[in-house]
Amino acid sequence: MENKRTFYIGLYILIFLAFFSILSQIILNYESDQQDLFNIFANPSLEHPLGTDQYGRDVLVRVAQATQLSFFLALITTVTAFIPGVTLGILAAYKGGLTDKFLNIICDILLALPGLLLILVLIAFSPGDFLPLYIGLALILWIEFFKITRLKTKSLLVEPFVESSKSLGFSFFYILRKLIIPKLLPMIFTISTFSMSTAIIAISSLSAINVGIRPPTAELGSMIIELLPYYEEEPFLVLLPSFIIFLIVLSLQLMSKRSVNA
Amino acid sequence: MFINIFIKRFFQVIVVALLSSSIGFLMMHLLPGDIAMRIAAGRYGPDGLTAEIAQSVRMELQLNKPLYEQYLISIFNFLKLDLGYSLVSGNSVIQELKVQLGYSFVLALLAFIVSLIIAIPLGIFTSISKYKFVNNSVMLISIIIRAIPPFVLALILILIFSIWFNILPPAGFESWKNFVLPTLTLCLGLAAVSNRLITDSMNDVQTYSYFRYGRFKGLSQNITIKRHGIKNALIPLISFLALQSVYLIEGVVVVETIFAFPGIGHALVHAIVARDIPMIQGTVLIMGLIFVFINLIVDILALNLDPRLKEKKYNGK
Repeated sequence: MENKRTFYIGLYILIFLAFFSILSQIILNYESDQQDLFNIFANPSLEHPLGTDQYGRDVLVRVAQATQLSFFLALITTVTAFIPGVTLGILAAYKGGLTDKFLNIICDILLALPGLLLILVLIAFSPGDFLPLYIGLALILWIEFFKITRLKTKSLLVEPFVESSKSLGFSFFYILRKLIIPKLLPMIFTISTFSMSTAIIAISSLSAINVGIRPPTAELGSMIIELLPYYEEEPFLVLLPSFIIFLIVLSLQLMSKRSVNA
Repeated sequence: MFINIFIKRFFQVIVVALLSSSIGFLMMHLLPGDIAMRIAAGRYGPDGLTAEIAQSVRMELQLNKPLYEQYLISIFNFLKLDLGYSLVSGNSVIQELKVQLGYSFVLALLAFIVSLIIAIPLGIFTSISKYKFVNNSVMLISIIIRAIPPFVLALILILIFSIWFNILPPAGFESWKNFVLPTLTLCLGLAAVSNRLITDSMNDVQTYSYFRYGRFKGLSQNITIKRHGIKNALIPLISFLALQSVYLIEGVVVVETIFAFPGIGHALVHAIVARDIPMIQGTVLIMGLIFVFINLIVDILALNLDPRLKEKKYNGK
């Protein structure tokens, strides 16, 4: 019960954020980098419901766009990690032997450095680009999918119901589709929410320390750092993006709890 | 068993060394422009740059040799621990790293110890106390802290302690006061996770038969916990150390940069922004080696503390 409740709290927060960011972008027809230098740090008004920032850009539109960006980037890195992770995990469990050893060695190679350090190494080649960030994140995140899928599939493959379907002559793909993948799904969901929150934290942290996505792109981490010098006058502008990162990560973590025991 | 652990970790040491030695080589050759010109410009300034100087740099660094030979030379230099000189400050990389590593090490160690000081009593307390309100609020606070990325936590602490109350410096390095906020940021993040872990494992321990036997033979709740509970509850914490070291190393990079703390993580980010290739190589090498070393220690500790593991065949995690 407890887990179900936290799952729905997380889901509601996420749906609220999605509505908030998409609606506010549709209603307010600004570009996120549309400047109005005669109207900086404007107070909230009908034209700018949350006021404007140091270049007179609309805060609500920027926050909305940054929220979508964070979520979207986290989603595509997670999908990129999820596909090879799960496929190779099943492959390693099924084939065993050399394939299994080889894939595990690749994991050990990637795990030789802490995740963020590996991303930083890739970023060093072209700071500010999204591509190295994306590749780095996917390289780190697939490992978790791989390891857990492999373990779980391995234990499923020796279960009596799988063995008997095998001896009845059902094909491997049939067994995979009907017996193995349904059992893997809840666990894959948990890892996906985890890896999405990891990705969101990594992306915003890296742009906050000036090596990730760069201004003027509206990104939550870089918005916080950009606005920090103006904290005394406009504390709200610094706290708002921080609060949104917190909400996204919180909702993902709450949702991930549900299937841990499943 | 021990042999397997050592082989795996030794393999990772080689990976770290090869990776960090290759970064420099790859960056040199992948980035646009003539390498010798670029290095000469870095050394003597763009104004003092002439074709002759560039030529002498090329000869000195053996950039006129074929690529594979250059690569072998760069790896050979690396093996001699000749990490070169920072392109920004001109000091030798080893010299710089020695100073920075000291600061980061103190920071990480302090954060780790303080996190244990907070988490262990709190975790045990929430496991045995009957006050629902206290337990729920501790859990709520840990959930909230876990959802705040380190850099946001750092900013919130700066806002509270440096801007509102003005009692601690937000950045730089002058006195012990500069240690307080970075340490607090890292240790709160660590404690929020380990406190939950200790509560869970303490709850587990209380259901085991040896614990209940202790209660049956007449020991009080407190004594049973002290003699039989705490030690056993801490075992999962050891294997969790590996994850904590990931958090600490990643946290050191982010938190040091936010607080302009003169440690190795700040140096790495700085080097990436300034394209200071020798420094990038050096910092990645050192941090990678420390990480592998911590993992090795954790493996050995876990094996020694929990003899049950020895019976199973060690096959990685």
